[in-house]
Amino acid sequence: MVSVSGARRGHIDGPLITALVLLCGMSLVILYSAGGGDTALIWRQFVRLFIALLALILFSMIAPDTLRRWSPHVFAVGMVLLALVLAVGYIGKGAQRWLDVGVFRFQPAEIMKIAVPMMVAWILSRRALPPGPVSLLIATVCVVVPAGLVVLQPDLGTAILITVSGLLVIFVAGLKWQYMVATLGLVTAAAPLMWFNLHAYQQRRILTLFDPYSDPLGAGYHTIQSTIAVGSGGVYGKGWVGGTQSQLEFIPERSTDFIFAVFAEEFGLLGSVLLLSVYLFIVGRGLIIAFNARDSYSRLLAASLSLTFFFYVFVNIGMVTGVLPVVGVPLPLISYGGTSMVTLMAGFGIMMSIHTRKRLMT
Amino acid sequence: MAREQIKDVKREARLVQSRILVAFIGVLVLVSILVARLYFLQVIGHTHYDTLSNNNRIDLVPVPPVRGLIFDRSGEVLAQNFPVYTLEVVPDQVEDMEHTLDEIGKLVPLTARELSLFRRSLRLRPGFERRHLKTELSYDEASRFAVNQYRFRGVELVARLQRYYPHGELTAHAVGYVGRIGPRDVGRIDAAAYKGTDYIGKLGIEAFYENELLGQVGFEQAETNAHGRVVRRLNRTPAVAGVNLHLNLDIALQEVAAKALDGRRGSIVAIEPSSGGVLAFVSQPTFDANRFVNGIDFKSFRSLNESADRPLLNRALHGRYAPGSTVKGFIALAGLQAGVDPSQTVPCFGWFSLPGSRHRYRDWKKEGHGRMDLDSAITQSCDVYFYRLASRIGIQKIHDTLTHYGLGRQTGIDLGLEPSGLVPSPEWKRRVRSQPWYPGETVIAGIGQGYMLVTPLQLAVATATLANRGLYVAPRLLHSREDPQTRFIEPAEGADARMVELENKAYYDMVIEGMVNVVHGARGTARRVGSGSSYRFAGKTGTAQVIGIAQNEEYDEENIEERFRDHSLFIAFAPVENPLIAVAVVVENGGSGSRTAAPMAKQVLDFYLIERLRRADTGKRGHGFG
Repeated sequence: MVSVSGARRGHIDGPLITALVLLCGMSLVILYSAGGGDTALIWRQFVRLFIALLALILFSMIAPDTLRRWSPHVFAVGMVLLALVLAVGYIGKGAQRWLDVGVFRFQPAEIMKIAVPMMVAWILSRRALPPGPVSLLIATVCVVVPAGLVVLQPDLGTAILITVSGLLVIFVAGLKWQYMVATLGLVTAAAPLMWFNLHAYQQRRILTLFDPYSDPLGAGYHTIQSTIAVGSGGVYGKGWVGGTQSQLEFIPERSTDFIFAVFAEEFGLLGSVLLLSVYLFIVGRGLIIAFNARDSYSRLLAASLSLTFFFYVFVNIGMVTGVLPVVGVPLPLISYGGTSMVTLMAGFGIMMSIHTRKRLMT
Repeated sequence: MAREQIKDVKREARLVQSRILVAFIGVLVLVSILVARLYFLQVIGHTHYDTLSNNNRIDLVPVPPVRGLIFDRSGEVLAQNFPVYTLEVVPDQVEDMEHTLDEIGKLVPLTARELSLFRRSLRLRPGFERRHLKTELSYDEASRFAVNQYRFRGVELVARLQRYYPHGELTAHAVGYVGRIGPRDVGRIDAAAYKGTDYIGKLGIEAFYENELLGQVGFEQAETNAHGRVVRRLNRTPAVAGVNLHLNLDIALQEVAAKALDGRRGSIVAIEPSSGGVLAFVSQPTFDANRFVNGIDFKSFRSLNESADRPLLNRALHGRYAPGSTVKGFIALAGLQAGVDPSQTVPCFGWFSLPGSRHRYRDWKKEGHGRMDLDSAITQSCDVYFYRLASRIGIQKIHDTLTHYGLGRQTGIDLGLEPSGLVPSPEWKRRVRSQPWYPGETVIAGIGQGYMLVTPLQLAVATATLANRGLYVAPRLLHSREDPQTRFIEPAEGADARMVELENKAYYDMVIEGMVNVVHGARGTARRVGSGSSYRFAGKTGTAQVIGIAQNEEYDEENIEERFRDHSLFIAFAPVENPLIAVAVVVENGGSGSRTAAPMAKQVLDFYLIERLRRADTGKRGHGFG
């Protein structure tokens, strides 16, 4: 029965697509304000949303089994592209992230956001769960190596997202609690080492988290201005296009990473909680899909994709409200920008494919 | 496969599902943290942050830096800042706009254009932003308003610095100008660095050294009362003024060169060979750079832009001309390098033909020059000699030599984009035109015709390189930088220099001797400008065809439309023994090089070597001479 209706709807999950489209609509509304009424910007975002939705539909048509078989190949291609970007990467914004393919440029790191969880899910689902030490070791290598390459670009934000997406698969696969405690201990011990390997600007961002007023015009500026924007919004907000922090350009990067500050200033606590509810609904729906999926691979992948999506939201809003350091992570599906939106929608396409085909084989 | 554990599908599913539940609980916890944080900021801290955000509006006031000044080599100001008074309005703070405008109009006359621009900005931009009502108030108007300021809430009299070019027409193509930051600039500049600054370098030195001229923006923390007026200044991070630039340009020489052109379309570039310093950089006709500072109105711009004389075109940098006979000295060098015996004579009957062809390449002198060696061929500018020389050594060697001296390639001058010009080669023709190279094209390349195109700047650089006997120094406008606080002057980084390799240094003496005879020899093409000169100099005339003349047609200057007449060119350097200046003159449709361009070059040389050095000796001049 489900298979029939699933096929009729073309593998699209109604509740999920409704929430996603709602989010995209909110994105256009808030971007109009954040971009200072720049309709060209809105139009470009609209086109990107459209392309992202096409990606969603495309990926929803790929059967989970096919996806599983492709996992190692996709991962391998992604690794080659990542290495390529480091070797001959087009230099944009002082960082080598882009690969120029004649007509367009894209970030291979984006592919890894999906390829890494696919790969890890593939490795772990080949053997019985919970994973044994050998599988764990291989899986860890498949997370650490690409994340390391992305750190070299240097793009800390994306590297963290890739790492988290891989680790979430391992967690959901039933990683024993002893392992987790041991890893946590190891990381704590290695923290000083990592600190000295961070770029000076990355160190500064973490330091200013503890005391943003130590450098109010420099590294702390982002956090101070965005918390002021959020706080001054109050319960009801200053109204659409009425945020003084946003419209007077006190908030930096207000169309991209800091767009939540504009949203919270103009729509207040009520709007923010509504936005969070939409996100929570999407994540919840994703986890339900994972819960009901028909095999381990699908379950692991769907769970990791929806949890990573939530991780995005948490890191971004955390950063804007001053509870997390400033890391270059956009607010998913709201921030202005192209590539990550396509990857995210592709991820939801995969989840829809998993959902609509859960009983086809059994 | 055998060793793989048997998968217990149900147990596995339960394990993963329980983990998904745990994760979901984690998600709920984290969402609660965010909501709690939002509650803390937006409900508990709301009053605090609201105050902060209100203060914010006027809290941090950017203090724009003073833009660096630009001087010529003797310390004369070429670009300066002068204070202008501006009336600025924050509409949100004005109670009755129409009444206020009426009242202001009684004190300070407002034109219809100012009012309509202001009313339009009222509709277009949010009310809390300040905007201009009137700029450039006279001193009287400013004082009248200042006395009555208390009556106008939300209107402020602000003194701002505005760029001014004392020699606006003379320096427009070298110093360039600043203009208001426009939509096209917004994307590529760092908005924070331009807080409070309205202007940005658009052209010339102003654009090329923008980052240094700009300076660093400062900030002022100000406490304000409920009406938005600054009550007291709390904290101040002073702005850092931009670096002052001293140019190699000699404004007096620039003026002499501009006058020498005598209202004709053309360009004069003069260079100090030893340093590559650009002494004069003239392109005529020109325009007043000051008109662009506050935005030129559309009608004036269109008349400038569409004028047939093209005053906006920087001929010295962007004008591309056939060099004509001015390249003969360089062709001669290519020949010597290729083993041509300079004393071997060649008969000139007034025309040259390639073996097996009946096409006649004509000499400018119909009856021919008689027997010519290298020296007399340069002196009398014998075309036939160079037709033969060119077809003997081939186009590739000509291309290589000319390119080494800087012709047909970008000079790297500190003015930004420049064309490379064109010194053709078979490889170029294959690549761009997909055609083979024909021997006849080599013949005319020998006298600087055909595809060959160079800029006046390139000609001057090549002449300087010849004067230096092979030392190529990239041309520079910037002489030194001055720290506006300490007044410490630091010489600009050395320009790129390289040696053009030549087998025998004596080749230079031969070619230069020929060029000295051009002006000082009894049969030199420019002997009229050389006679009576108090110093010895070397020169070469050039007359470049603009249109083709058929085989059996005569070039008749009188009956040809002005725009199709030949371009007149002249290159020179002086004194021969110790060159202090190299100059290139191009006069569009000026006719013969000896008649039009050569006397202009002589005026430039005379002024620089006689007038200027005499003044320097009396100690009046600044740092430029040492």
